[in-house]
Amino acid sequence: MIIDCPCCGPRPVSEFSYIGDAEVEKPDMQAPVADWVEAVYTRTNPRGTHLEHWQHLHGCRQFLKLQRDTLTHEIFAVELAGVYASGAGE
Amino acid sequence: MTSFRIDKPSVVDFETPVNFTFDGHSYRGFAGDTVASALLANGVYLFGRSFKYHQPRGVMGAHVEEANALITIGRGAHAEPNLQATTIPVAEGMEVFSQNRWPSLKLDLLSINQLAAPLLSAGFYYKTFMGPTKRSWMLYEPFIRRAAGLGAVSTSADDQAYEKDHRFCDVLIIGGGVTGIAAGLAAARSGLRVMLVDDRNVWGGQMAGVDDDLSGQPLDQWIGHSIRELQELGAELLSRTTVFGVYDGHVHGAVQRLADVSSHDGVKRPLQRFLKIVAKHSILATGAFENPMLFKNNSLPGVMLADTARHFMDRFSVACGKQIVIYTNNDSAYDAARRLAEAGLNVTTLIDTRPSVSAACQSLARHIGASHLVGWQVEKAHGRHKVKAVSVCKIDDRRQKQRISSDCLAVSGGWNPVVHLASHMGMAPVYSEPMGAFIVDPDSLPCHCHVAGPVAGSLDLPSCVNGGFAAGIKVAQQLGSTPPDPIEATAMHGFIGDWPMKADVETLSEKVMLDFQNDVTLGDIKLAVVEGYSATEHLKRYTTLGMGTDQGRTSNINAISLLTQLTGQQIENIRPTRFRPPFTPITLGALVGHHVGDHAQPTRLTPMHDWHAAQGAMMVPVGLWWRPRAYLKPGETLREAYIREAGNVRENVGICDVSTLGKIAVQGPDAGVFLDRVYTNNFATLPVGKARYGLMLRDDGMVLDDGTSWRLGENDYLMTTTTGGAGAVMQHLERLHNLYWPDLRVSFVSVTGQWAGMSVAGPKSRQVLGKAFSGTDFSDAALPIMGVMSIQTASGTILVARLSFSGELAYEVFCPACMGTEIWCDLLSHGADSGIQPYGTEALGALRIEKGHVAGGELDGRVSPYNLRLDGMLSKKKWFFGKPLLERDGLYGDDQYRLVGLISEDKQPLQAGAHVVFGDKASPGPSQGWVSSVTYSPSLDEEIGLALVKKQALEKDTGMYAANPVAGIHRKVRIVSHHFLDPEGHRMRL
Repeated sequence: MIIDCPCCGPRPVSEFSYIGDAEVEKPDMQAPVADWVEAVYTRTNPRGTHLEHWQHLHGCRQFLKLQRDTLTHEIFAVELAGVYASGAGE
Repeated sequence: MTSFRIDKPSVVDFETPVNFTFDGHSYRGFAGDTVASALLANGVYLFGRSFKYHQPRGVMGAHVEEANALITIGRGAHAEPNLQATTIPVAEGMEVFSQNRWPSLKLDLLSINQLAAPLLSAGFYYKTFMGPTKRSWMLYEPFIRRAAGLGAVSTSADDQAYEKDHRFCDVLIIGGGVTGIAAGLAAARSGLRVMLVDDRNVWGGQMAGVDDDLSGQPLDQWIGHSIRELQELGAELLSRTTVFGVYDGHVHGAVQRLADVSSHDGVKRPLQRFLKIVAKHSILATGAFENPMLFKNNSLPGVMLADTARHFMDRFSVACGKQIVIYTNNDSAYDAARRLAEAGLNVTTLIDTRPSVSAACQSLARHIGASHLVGWQVEKAHGRHKVKAVSVCKIDDRRQKQRISSDCLAVSGGWNPVVHLASHMGMAPVYSEPMGAFIVDPDSLPCHCHVAGPVAGSLDLPSCVNGGFAAGIKVAQQLGSTPPDPIEATAMHGFIGDWPMKADVETLSEKVMLDFQNDVTLGDIKLAVVEGYSATEHLKRYTTLGMGTDQGRTSNINAISLLTQLTGQQIENIRPTRFRPPFTPITLGALVGHHVGDHAQPTRLTPMHDWHAAQGAMMVPVGLWWRPRAYLKPGETLREAYIREAGNVRENVGICDVSTLGKIAVQGPDAGVFLDRVYTNNFATLPVGKARYGLMLRDDGMVLDDGTSWRLGENDYLMTTTTGGAGAVMQHLERLHNLYWPDLRVSFVSVTGQWAGMSVAGPKSRQVLGKAFSGTDFSDAALPIMGVMSIQTASGTILVARLSFSGELAYEVFCPACMGTEIWCDLLSHGADSGIQPYGTEALGALRIEKGHVAGGELDGRVSPYNLRLDGMLSKKKWFFGKPLLERDGLYGDDQYRLVGLISEDKQPLQAGAHVVFGDKASPGPSQGWVSSVTYSPSLDEEIGLALVKKQALEKDTGMYAANPVAGIHRKVRIVSHHFLDPEGHRMRL
């Protein structure tokens, strides 16, 4: 698999680390336990298109949001997530 | 020349003899020969024994379709098993061995399995040996595996060299036959970066050496010119290279065989190179394999594929027999028969199962002077180790029989395109009625993948060449290059064009062999269908049809055809079994490449490593790091050394290299807020110049890591982590910042390698520091417990923090890595009067276990702060990461584990990993917990350990044992507080 990192260009998947399901709602700090149980343990595990967080661990270390097909492994979109996501941070 | 060579030019160079051995006997081949062609030329026909019945087997295929002639090359650590004799060129001094025979190939005692064949039906082993209990299968399995098997893998380390490499191209063409060459020409003429890959050592594939012409030019000449043109256009041509798998993102796995045996000149050159090829486009031009025909004893040596017989003659000047009988169900074998006859071989009979054949076929049979039996069928091949005669009968009048003398029965059951790589991409092949086989529907492929030649349904020479060229043009168009004009090649001979007639299952013996490698017969297929395993994937698993290194290359089509007749299904509705990588067996050596031994992973050394090495320290790997385990004095054991080192810390002073601790600079206006959220205790209130011990939790509330963070400035913290946890903690911080709190103004940099770290511990540590850094005040007032100070020197800033892992008065000294050895030696020389000694990880462990501090043994990712009795560190006033899920009641129940200290009652050492149980060795109860760390305690003169034991078990504190049933050790233990020594912490407050 090859991921087209917005910072570094197309790089082999071995440079990246899978972080987790990007469709899970991140609970607020003060959210009740039930919300955290949902966020930490419950996964839809879809067959088909899925949003995922990856980190370019052995590269720019940026967090990426991928739209990926879990069946064919085709990657439809890659964008920066986190601090440098469009509209976030500085 | 030997009796099986014919006088005909070929790629074999008769001026260059090559000597090799087969099962210890010496043979002579010539440069250009394969093991198979050289042995056949020498009159060797018996190559191996079959998988299950140990039947004699010879060569049946021309190249990679060979299912029988599997060999091992080399011996001992250099042995490579399960190679096809047809694919390996002979090399001087090569040692070749047959497989799956005992004691010898000719006299194989296990061939009695043939007599037991009626018993050894599909599923026999499972049915017989797996019931009534699973135990019986475990008892019999090793014996069954020994009797039924392929070559043996050596258990000794392979010291031969292998390589790995990455390649990139615009278009990867898989298959260097005429189709692939034509595709390469079109793509290269368009200016694309072309890679052409083939598993043979000659170009032209199955057409190499064929006497034909292409658009008026001799075929061999066209191949030669085209290859030269490709080279001139800068294409990369890799022969003897198998693309064994296609993976996501246009990644192809390939192995290039550079040599089959180590060189004799003592220079270590790589034998194989593993290539990861990333291609924008790929063209599958992988050709087709001929199918065998079905009759009794169809696996006997001397029975081979018709085009294989032709191939051995054309390419290696080898005659496969002196009385050749051709048996076919299609036209292609007539072409092979003609070429064999024209080369002077004796083709006596042509047998065709079809009720009638074209006039062209009839005239061809007349032309070669062979008797022509149309509408006839071979019933049986006769012979013990080799074909001697063939029994035939007329299909519509089975009383009409003949017995024909023959030493080579060349068979053709039609052609089976090599669709494996398309199958790797998840594409389901479609049935082609005219071809009688499964091909690739180009529309089912992703847009960057193309097919040409037999895989796309073409079998004759001109359409393969034209189709290949067209595929190259298509790629050029898609990549925006200017393609050349299409070509319209013509050929003189080639296919006449009537497609195979499938064998009627009713006319076949149950004993006909379908899968030559796995010994699957028609009887097995029938049994599987009767027992309900009639789907192709079920059939495969039940009968092993299409398994093994062969992957059903020559068996799939025949088996599927018979299966549909048995079940009444339509063949076009059948989905063949999914092929999976690798296409051919791949050595682990090639996949690993040079990443073996010391090169398996990076090695990290501390700045003071050379000093430790010069002292002869015993080193130990900790993750990627190498750390001193103990500094053994002459004659000292490890145990004696660490007891001395730890004792010296308690009595005088010791120095330990802690450079391996993870160090992360956490900086920014919100650094304090951030640390407050990731640590369970307060950090925002930590004053500048102070350090604090902190605990970090995962999302689920379990402990991730612990360590200290030092506040160096208003917005500047230095976080330390455990040696093993550094990477995970860094990623944890980055994840929380990026995905949870991107608004916080904080950043992280790993500075582990920037700092050398040393711990100076012991009651005399203050005086050592005072001498080493004269003029600096290390008094309790100037540097209290948890205080951090910085000392400016000409070479850089040195940080000293008063932190204690050992429980003694202790300091951690961090200096720039380049100063590490200088400061280390300085401290040692200034500490000489105080009795300073270096100490290693064993003593470090002993000291911290005496204090009850947790480390790697306890922090295994399954423990909560409550388990570790660190719940006092959980702030009640603020939120911290992991807090919500720590509030689950189950984490505080009676069955939860609690950290305790253990003392061995009989002063015998404990073992980490032992389980804590009630009851003596004769009647141990269930596990109540486990021992996480052990040591001898010099201070207590006891064998002690830390353990995590269930809360409910702690209420009854007698009769407990640390049990290690694997080692047969059962030690009576006493449960105590994990703070074995100085629980109030007086010693560090000096």
